[in-house]
Amino acid sequence: MSDNTMTANTQKAPLEFLVKGDHHPQNGTLLGFWIYLMSDCLIFACLFATYGVLGRSYAGGPTGMELFDLNLIAISTSLLLVSSITYGFAMLQMQANKVKGTMFWLAVTGLLGAGFLGLEVYEFHHLIHAGAGPQTSGFWTAFFALVGTHGLHVFFGIVWLVTLLFQLKKHGLIPANKRRVFCLSMFWHFLDVVWIGVFTFVYLMGVLP
Amino acid sequence: MSEHTHDHDHHEAEGPHVSLKEYVTGFVLAVFLTVIPFWVVMGNVFESSTTTAIVILAFALVQIIVHMVYFLHMNFHSEGGWNMLALIFTLILVFITLAGSLWVMHNLNVNMMPGMMN
Repeated sequence: MSDNTMTANTQKAPLEFLVKGDHHPQNGTLLGFWIYLMSDCLIFACLFATYGVLGRSYAGGPTGMELFDLNLIAISTSLLLVSSITYGFAMLQMQANKVKGTMFWLAVTGLLGAGFLGLEVYEFHHLIHAGAGPQTSGFWTAFFALVGTHGLHVFFGIVWLVTLLFQLKKHGLIPANKRRVFCLSMFWHFLDVVWIGVFTFVYLMGVLP
Repeated sequence: MSEHTHDHDHHEAEGPHVSLKEYVTGFVLAVFLTVIPFWVVMGNVFESSTTTAIVILAFALVQIIVHMVYFLHMNFHSEGGWNMLALIFTLILVFITLAGSLWVMHNLNVNMMPGMMN
């Protein structure tokens, strides 16, 4: 019934739209995912701020300088860095519409991520056995909160990646899967950016006298 | 690695067009920007801790920008510029959070901790 009134109105004057051009993005998923990442960035900013404030509150316990193993961190950093370019290879394979190649490079990325996570678990285990658990001092609480949250993100990134491998195997490179691969690439590269902050601010600056 | 062909002119897929050159450039830069700070710290290149801290923080900043540009494909026109706008807004909030926390808590420590009065 409103259609009648609409047609009556259009006869009098043409419809005026506020926005004349096509200014909005075609599909909001990538932008929405980017905004999620930005909110995640704020979580990490809060954790970095906590670590910055508590960075010297050892409460008489062990310090980072005594316990951090930079060789281990160098290895895990390189694993994450290489996983960034292997994800790039997966993106290129996807762009060339090669589903096998996409899955292969995604799997390599996942294995590198799992290696990173394995080293982190080993490091945490080692630290806790050396008497530096999360309850030891404000410093170690802030350390485990920050590095642990990053590790948890990597873990869920791997869960997502494995899920995506099954979806790619079942449905191939349909538009929905391409979008998922693209969103995961943003997530994965974002985690690498956060890790730059972690290895610089926590580990490298943590061992300075 | 398979060679990347440019004969496809599909634009139905979302997201920017990526290229091998972009990823390789980003990766090579990132390797240098990672190795140098580790070398500076592990090799005790500078005597002063402050100098080392400033140098490695500068390298981290540059590396974050490299990752943003080459891996996350940030620019001023993706998604109609909203990506960049959201990023700038977030960076302002991150700066306020970090600088504010450190500044306020430093002043609290200096002014209110007994025995730390100078």
